[in-house]
Amino acid sequence: MSYLESRVRSVPTGLVRKLLCMNWPIILLLTAIAMVGFLMLYSVAGGDANRWAMPQMKRFAFGVGAMIAIGLTPIWFWRNMAGVAYLGSLALLVAVEWFGVAGMGAQRWIDLGFVRLQPSEPAKIALIMLLAAYYDWLDIRKVSRPVWVLIPLVLILIPALLVLRQPDLGTAILLVAGGGLVMFAAGVSLHYFGAVIAVGAGLITAVFRTRGTDWQVLQDYQYRRIDTFLDPSSDPLGAGYHITQSKIALGSGGWAGRGFMQGTQSRLNFLPEKHTDFIFTTLAEEFGFRGGIFLLSLYTLILVFCIVSAVRNRDRFAALLTLGIGGMLFLFFAVNISMVMGLVPVVGIPLPLVSYGGSAMMVLMAAFGLVQSAHVHQLR
Amino acid sequence: MKHSPRDIAESHRRITRRALLLGGAQLAFAGVLTLRMRHLQVNQADRYRRLAEENRLIDKLVPPVRGLIFDRNGLQLAVNAQNYKVIIVKEDAGDVEQVLSRLSRLIPLSDEDLARTRREIARRSPFVPVTIAERLSWESVAVIAVNTPALPGITTEIGHSREYPVGPDMAHVVGYVGPVSDYDLERLDDPDPLLQIPRFQIGKSGVEARMEHTLRGKAGDRRIEVNASGRVMRELARREGEPGAELQLTVDTGLQNFTLARLGDESAAAVVLDTENGDILTAASAPSFDPNKFVRGISLADYRGLTLNKYRPLAGKAVQGAYPPGSTFKLVTALAALEAGVISPEETVWCPGHLQLGDRRFHCWKSGGHGHVNLNTSLQQSCDVYYYDLAQRVGIDRISAMAVRLGLGRKYDLPMSAVHSGLAPTRAWKQGARGEDWRVGDTLNASIGQGYVLASPLQLAVMAARVASGRAVVPRLVRAINGAEQPVLGGAPLGLDEDTLRRVRQALYDVSNSRRGTAYGSRIIGDAFRMAGKTGTSQVRSVRVSNEDVPWEHRDHALFICYAPFEAPRYAVSVVVEHGGSGSGAAAPIARDVLLHALHGGYPPLNAYPAKDRERVREMQDTLPLRDPATLERRSGRA
Repeated sequence: MSYLESRVRSVPTGLVRKLLCMNWPIILLLTAIAMVGFLMLYSVAGGDANRWAMPQMKRFAFGVGAMIAIGLTPIWFWRNMAGVAYLGSLALLVAVEWFGVAGMGAQRWIDLGFVRLQPSEPAKIALIMLLAAYYDWLDIRKVSRPVWVLIPLVLILIPALLVLRQPDLGTAILLVAGGGLVMFAAGVSLHYFGAVIAVGAGLITAVFRTRGTDWQVLQDYQYRRIDTFLDPSSDPLGAGYHITQSKIALGSGGWAGRGFMQGTQSRLNFLPEKHTDFIFTTLAEEFGFRGGIFLLSLYTLILVFCIVSAVRNRDRFAALLTLGIGGMLFLFFAVNISMVMGLVPVVGIPLPLVSYGGSAMMVLMAAFGLVQSAHVHQLR
Repeated sequence: MKHSPRDIAESHRRITRRALLLGGAQLAFAGVLTLRMRHLQVNQADRYRRLAEENRLIDKLVPPVRGLIFDRNGLQLAVNAQNYKVIIVKEDAGDVEQVLSRLSRLIPLSDEDLARTRREIARRSPFVPVTIAERLSWESVAVIAVNTPALPGITTEIGHSREYPVGPDMAHVVGYVGPVSDYDLERLDDPDPLLQIPRFQIGKSGVEARMEHTLRGKAGDRRIEVNASGRVMRELARREGEPGAELQLTVDTGLQNFTLARLGDESAAAVVLDTENGDILTAASAPSFDPNKFVRGISLADYRGLTLNKYRPLAGKAVQGAYPPGSTFKLVTALAALEAGVISPEETVWCPGHLQLGDRRFHCWKSGGHGHVNLNTSLQQSCDVYYYDLAQRVGIDRISAMAVRLGLGRKYDLPMSAVHSGLAPTRAWKQGARGEDWRVGDTLNASIGQGYVLASPLQLAVMAARVASGRAVVPRLVRAINGAEQPVLGGAPLGLDEDTLRRVRQALYDVSNSRRGTAYGSRIIGDAFRMAGKTGTSQVRSVRVSNEDVPWEHRDHALFICYAPFEAPRYAVSVVVEHGGSGSGAAAPIARDVLLHALHGGYPPLNAYPAKDRERVREMQDTLPLRDPATLERRSGRA
C-alpha cells in the first residue's frame, strides 16, 4: 500500500461523516422488521397498543440509539473489549445459577431491578466478538492446526454448557452453531466440520440410546418435545398442541391471509406464546404467504448486506464479526420460522426484532451496532 | 494484531470464499423455508382453513318453544310457564363459598342443590354458568335482584318449563313431558338432534307423547365462536326454529273436571262423546295423578305410591281399560239378530231363569225368570235368557260383525297412550289366540257381554253414540292444529234398518223411563232431556256372588251407557266403575249426572232430577270440589 493510497483512503472521522458512512440499508431494514413487529404485537394484543407494542417501540428506540452509539465507537475498541465482554457474560451466566429467576420452568433471568436480563443473550454476541478477535490475532497459517482449533472449541463450549444447565437447549445450540459459523468463516479446514457432523450424528444416537437410563443426556421434557416434533399428532392436546395449532394457523392464512387482526387462531388463543416465539405464525395467519415472504425477504436482505459489508472490509476482525452477527441473525430467524412451521422441534428461540422481549432486542441492536462500527471504521 | 500484507490478502480471499459459501447456504435455507411456507399456505391452505374453522366454530341448537294445548273452549291445558333459575358464574363470583352461603341465607336452598352446585363448579371451566336452583318463586327472584351487589357472579335467568294448569283433570288425556332418557332414544328412532340436548323435554304419555312431533317444533341453531378454552366469544349467526304447533283438543275442561270429581274415590272411567261428530268431551279416569310432579321430577315415594295403588291412578282407564261389557252388549246381540231377521221385535222368548245347553246351565241374573220376554222387555229388564236364545239363532259371526259395526273391537287412532282395541271375538280369533274351536257356550256368554268380549269405556260410548245417531261416529280428540280444524272422521250411515233402530232406541228409553227399567232410578225429569241408556253388570269371576261379601277386586264391574236428549241426541256417555257392583246402582247415577252436566253446560237445575233425589243431589252439588273455571287462563289471540 503506497503512501499516496493511504492518504486517499482513510477511516472516517467526525460525527457527521461517521453517520453518513453507516450501513443505512441495514438500519432501514432493521427498522422495517421492527415495525412489522409492532404491528403484530398490536394485533395479538387485540388492538391494545399499551400491552406489548408500546414497550417494544420504546426498547427499539433505545436500541437504535445504542446501535448508533456503538457504531460510532471505533471498531478496534470493540476488538479490545472482546475478552472483557466474554468474561463478563460468563460471569452473568454463572450468576444466573444463583440469582436467576425461574421463568417457564428454567432459570434464565437475572432481575437487575430496572431490567430483567437474560444472560444467554449477551453471551452469544460476546462469543462471536471473542472468536473474531481470536482469529484476527491468530496467524492465518495456524488456523487449521488442531491445537488452535481446540481453543475456540473450548471458548464455545464453556458458555454453551452453562446455558444448557439452565436448561436452555435452544440457546446452547445457537451458541455452538454461531461459534461454528465464525470458525467456518475464518477458514478452519472443512475436515473439522465434517468430523463435527460425524460426531454430532453419533451424539444424537447417544442421546436417544441413553434415554431412560441414569445417564440420559437431555431432560425428560426435551425428549418429549422431540417426540412430539417427530409426530405432533401423537399428543394433539398436550405438547404437540403447539405445533399442530401453529401449522393450522399458518395454513389457514393461505395466500393473502385472513386480514389484520382477523386471525382466529391467535385471537382466540389457540396459538400459544403468540406474542413471543409464535409471532411469525400470527403474521402468516393474518397476512398470508405474501406477508411471510415479505418478512423473510427483509431478513435475507440484511444477510446480503452483512455479507457484502464483510467481504468489502479488509479488516479481519471486522469481517468475521459482521459475518458472525449476520449468521447469528440467520440462525435466530431460521430456527424460529422452521420451528413454527414444524420443521424443527419447539425450542424457545424468539423471532429477532419481532418477538416481544427486551434482552433479545437490546442485544441484537447492540450487535448491529458492532456491524455498523465495523462498516464505518474501515479505510474508504 | 499486525499481519503482513500477504497474510491480509490471503485472509481476505479466504473470508470472501467462505462468506460466499455461507451466504449461499443461508439463501438456500431461506428458499427451503419459502417452499415449506408455500406448502402450508398455498398447497394445503384449504385443509388448514377448515381445521381453523373447526377449532373456533360451534353450532348449537336452539330449542323451539313447545306448542300449547287448549281445550275446546280455549282454556289452557298445557303451557310453558316461566321458570326462574338462579345461576352462578365462578369467575365472576370470586369467593364461591361466601357467595353461596350469603345466597342460602336469602332464599331457600336445599343442601342437595348446594352440593350439586359445588360439584358442577369444580368440574367445569370457571366461565361456565352453573344452575344453583330452578323454579324460584317471584319473591326469591326479587330478593336476589335487590341484593345483587352482595352476590357477585349470581344471576337469575328465565327458562320455560311445561306446566299443566288443570293438573290431574287432564293427566290421562294430555299426559306429561319429561327429559329424554336413554330408553327414549332407543325406542323413538328419532334423528332429531334436539333429543341430544341434555334434559330436553319430550312427551312421555298422552297427547304430549303421541303428538310429540307436532308439539315439538323445529330446532333453530346458532353458530358461535369459541376461544381455545371454550369460552363463547360471540354469536355469528342465529336461525330461529319453528315453535311447536298449538293444539286444540275436543275435551271440555269443565265437564272433565266435574266428571272426575263425580267419579270420586272409585276406580272408574267415564267418556262423553258428541253424537254428531264424535268429539270426545270427556275422557275421565279416576283416580288421577298430578302430571306436574312428573315434569319437576317425581319423588320415589310419590311414584311408588302411584304404582302400588290398586286403583291404578297412572292408567287412563277411559281408553286403556278393557272390560267385559256385560249387558250393555245386549244392544249388539239384539241388533245382530234383528238385522239377520232371526227374530222380530214382538216375538217373545220364555225365560224360566236359566237356559239348558247340553249339560251346561246358563243362568239369567233374575233366578226366578222374566217369563215371556220380547225385544223391549229384554233390554228394559236386561233378561239374559232372551239373548242366550238369540245367540243360538244368529251365531257369533254376525254378533261379532255387529259389534264391530257399532264401534267395538277396533282401535281408534287417538293421540292417547295405550288405546285399547277391545275384543269382538270370532271363531278365527279363538282358533288363532287360544288354539281352540269356538263353542256354542262361548256364543251364549258373548251375547250378554261376558266371556271373551272386551270393550273400553271409549268404545262403549262410541256404541251409544252410533245407536243414538244411526251413523258411524268415530271419536275425535284433536279439534284443531294451529287453528286448522281437523276433519271429522266417520259419520256415514250405519245402514241399519230405521225401524229396527227405532225399536231398540225405544227400549233404551224405557230402561231409564219405564218403571220396570233397570235404570229407572237414574232417570231425567224434563221432556227435553230424556235419557236412553243401558245398564251392565259384568262378572269378574265366573261364579255369581253377592257383591257385599267378597273382596273389592272380585266384585262385578258396574257399567252404564246412555245418550240424551232422546229425541235429538247430542251426547253419549259411558261409565265404568271397576268392581262397583251393579250398573244400575253404581254406574247409572254417575252417567246421568255427567249427561245432565254436559247438556246444561254446568250444574243442571234440581228439577231435572226425580223429586226424591233432589236433596241428595243438592248436597252433592254443594260439596263436590270443582275447579273454578275463572281461574283458568284462556288462549290469547286467535280463537
